[in-house]
Amino acid sequence: MDLSVLATLNAEREARRATVLVTDITAGTQRLVKQDDIAADPLAEPLEKQLRMAKSGMVEAEGKAYFLTVQAPHPRVVVTGAVHISQAMAPMAKTLDLDLVIIDPRTAFATPERFPDVTLLPEWPEEAIPRIGLDGYTAFVALTHDPKIDDPGLDAALRSNCFYIGALGSRKTHGKRVERLTAAGFDQEAIGRIHAPIGLDIGAVSPAEIALSILAEIVNTLRGPRRKPI
Amino acid sequence: MISTDTDILRAAEEWSRSGRQVAVATVVETWGSAPRPVGSHLVIDAEGNFVGSVSGGCVEGAVVAEAADVIADGKARMLEFGVADETAWKVGLSCGGRIKVYVEPVRAEAAL
Repeated sequence: MDLSVLATLNAEREARRATVLVTDITAGTQRLVKQDDIAADPLAEPLEKQLRMAKSGMVEAEGKAYFLTVQAPHPRVVVTGAVHISQAMAPMAKTLDLDLVIIDPRTAFATPERFPDVTLLPEWPEEAIPRIGLDGYTAFVALTHDPKIDDPGLDAALRSNCFYIGALGSRKTHGKRVERLTAAGFDQEAIGRIHAPIGLDIGAVSPAEIALSILAEIVNTLRGPRRKPI
Repeated sequence: MISTDTDILRAAEEWSRSGRQVAVATVVETWGSAPRPVGSHLVIDAEGNFVGSVSGGCVEGAVVAEAADVIADGKARMLEFGVADETAWKVGLSCGGRIKVYVEPVRAEAAL
């Protein structure tokens, strides 16, 4: 592997763009295919298939064996609310290899002391989100209970192709949220993308347990269930 | 903590840029129950330092040893490990699976 190929691969991943490294394992030759160049590639079909699954693997084409190293953008969780639950989420997300971004304009909440080692943006979501961008590898989670902060975040998430959207709150709270989002012009299908009540139903009580149930739901959405019910 | 494939390939780049000779090992195929998925990386330098994992510990030693040869002669190799392949390798996977690992050198260029 040329260092230049490795450097490009790392740079593309940091820019949240997918790449596929194609290695002819018999000849030892390699080329890096960027996301935008896949359609024009001779191996477009297998490249697209592997990228869709975000899975590296061997493919046979034109009588040759290739290994495809698929680099899908890193999954990321964007949260509104520098609250108890997101504090508990921070170390869990790190262990799960999920990048965590926490947005909260309330500077008393969004302090580095409360959130060491986390990307913390003490801003309004309508300022922070356009800058960081939400994409198909992003999960959005609204945790503040405050419509002034959560709603602009949900608005941006519903207009994006986020793979997961969740909002904390009771059914009653969510009912009011649905009314506001409907008034803002979102239809039932769009609003139906929001997981609410948020998280897998594991009977979570404490902030850490709620964080666990939310992250479990995010992983479940990202990977999909594997086992069939007995 | 260097635990993710992101960190591992970044380490490969950093090591190579700092003048160390580096090989990258990648799990390219697995059969049966294998501990690490296809696409997992192990990065090794000429002194035998390594980050990442291709098997969760069972065959890393053999891969690191082979990587020294890859770094020395600059040629990529395909290694195969598993209980069913006792002729080539004495190192088995305790889980009973089989894996194929591709080990290749990182070639630094003068321009970089």
